[in-house]
Amino acid sequence: MTYENSVGVVEVQSFTFAEDEPFCLESGASLSPVTIAYETYGRLNADRSNAILVAHALSGSAHAAGYHSATDTKPGWWDDCIGPGKAFDTDRFFVICSNAIGSCYGSTSPADIDPVTGIPYGLHFPVVTVGDWVRAQIKLLDHLGIERLLCAAGGSMGGMQVLEWAAHHPERLRAAIPIATTAHHSPMLIAFSEVGRQAIYADPAWNNGDYYTSGRKPDAGLAVARMVGHITYLSEESMQQKFGRRLRDLERYGYEFQTEFEVESYLKYNGNSFTQRFDANSYLYVTKAMDYFDLTAECGSLAAAFAHSTELKFLVVSFTSDWLYPSYHSKKLVSALTAVGADVTYLDVKSAWGHDAFLLEVETMTDLLSSFLERLAREEGIARPAPVLDRSPLPVPAIKVQLSKEEELRRKIEALA
Amino acid sequence: MTARSELVGAPAARDLRLATPLRPDLLAIAEMVPNAGRVLDLGCGNGELLEYLVHHKGVKGRGIELSEVGVLTCVRRGLSVRQGKLQEGLADYPANSFDYVILSQTLPFLSDPAYILQEMLRVGRCAIVSIPNWGYWRCRLELLFTGRIPHAPDLPQHWYESPRMQAFTITDFAQFCAHINIRITQESYLSHTRRIQVRKFKTLLATTAVFVLEKV
Repeated sequence: MTYENSVGVVEVQSFTFAEDEPFCLESGASLSPVTIAYETYGRLNADRSNAILVAHALSGSAHAAGYHSATDTKPGWWDDCIGPGKAFDTDRFFVICSNAIGSCYGSTSPADIDPVTGIPYGLHFPVVTVGDWVRAQIKLLDHLGIERLLCAAGGSMGGMQVLEWAAHHPERLRAAIPIATTAHHSPMLIAFSEVGRQAIYADPAWNNGDYYTSGRKPDAGLAVARMVGHITYLSEESMQQKFGRRLRDLERYGYEFQTEFEVESYLKYNGNSFTQRFDANSYLYVTKAMDYFDLTAECGSLAAAFAHSTELKFLVVSFTSDWLYPSYHSKKLVSALTAVGADVTYLDVKSAWGHDAFLLEVETMTDLLSSFLERLAREEGIARPAPVLDRSPLPVPAIKVQLSKEEELRRKIEALA
Repeated sequence: MTARSELVGAPAARDLRLATPLRPDLLAIAEMVPNAGRVLDLGCGNGELLEYLVHHKGVKGRGIELSEVGVLTCVRRGLSVRQGKLQEGLADYPANSFDYVILSQTLPFLSDPAYILQEMLRVGRCAIVSIPNWGYWRCRLELLFTGRIPHAPDLPQHWYESPRMQAFTITDFAQFCAHINIRITQESYLSHTRRIQVRKFKTLLATTAVFVLEKV
């Protein structure tokens, strides 16, 4: 582990709003107060024009880069692309990542105490939408004194937030980078979400969402939900490569219902480890928000949804083996953006890694993102932040391990689980 | 620190790259594009022409390119390029989105050239098309004396190689344009890297021809 090109040790911050006046949600319900957990990397320039919002995916958090302590071995979820000299170059840009409302990493969520009842919200937590998340992010920008983002970027569910920004708040940003995402979930995607939710509902420990004080969590249900989800993030090819039909610690079939195949053991491990870090109710709320997301619902067509986004610059990226958000979902975005006259760059990156490719194809993504951002900064005349004269050295890592490329990739895939 | 270097991505590095001269057939195309127009380059490859037009002619440039390597190179050059097939890409643009739509040395590879040319003249006011010429005198002699399909000098590829292409001559192309109601309004001929100035025998002497096309 080395801190080379890392933002180093970072701290999660929080911003609370809607204490007096409730935050009205798309559903008609409201939430008060609302806390947003967020992290920032790099520094704002003099005219506050170099801010980039990075939006996380389903199981992500505000911790996009760096480490939480000097002994922390696991960096933020997009550490490969955020840091000094990386794609989102923190020497040039001020990068913000906030946790979605309803998620369990520090923003207001079903596990928090409902101020009205004095007990955890559970299912009394209002249903939130991608639109609500983005309006909360705008509150955070107002709080940080940022009038207009240079860019919003994100993959998967993060990409949905980017699209929401572009379609509904185009005056608050200059560019958008939606990656491996979609303008709306197809029935198949809603079906996968629902299987995950049903697994949670079916766990007796779930108890209609009321389990925070019972001492029993619906871990079994959440683990199955994660397993289903995880399969959709891989591809047949990557699974073939990674597991084949290999058996785990066995010479031949045991003809019994034990974990025999390597792929079974992998899913089991990932499902279980997920329950250590994610809340079942949050899983319900976040997947529901993704299912509700539909850019075409309001205006009838994608082109109509982007009617006011014509001045934005877009970088749309998809991956050839992504069957969760297949390339044609991105191509539809590109067609609509082209039709309205927006400046759109698009690449369908050849990759075997399925949906996870957006975090794994680091070299291509770095190339694309840094080139696009360099052009953006040049065309928009974005100045660098003032140089720091007294930069205290980053903490020296305790151990320095040189990992092989394969080992590095394996660890990354494990980290995604 | 000067104001210029304070800007992120100061253009100094880019100017160096532009110091390499543009390929002569691309230069012939570039000369036909007026300053500050809106340009779409179909099959823009590594973005050489588009970058030249953006930086030397101040055009608002867009590109469509099939290969990942090509798109990545274009993005590195700071160009706005989308990956995809020409048919699909063209279909997305509303009519009259561009002043010029460029198709450079790509026509022999198209499965439906009439459709593409008509689409080019729907989304653009003018089209600029460069074509290799199998009517070049050496090609004619080669077929006569060796009995083999000649290579066009500016597109040296065997007939069986992929992507498949169709050989044709400047005369063929001119007739084809008339047939699909497209007018040739400007022309330029090259013999290898040199511009041909003579008026006669151009279809014999040219290895590449560049045409500006408009609707009749």
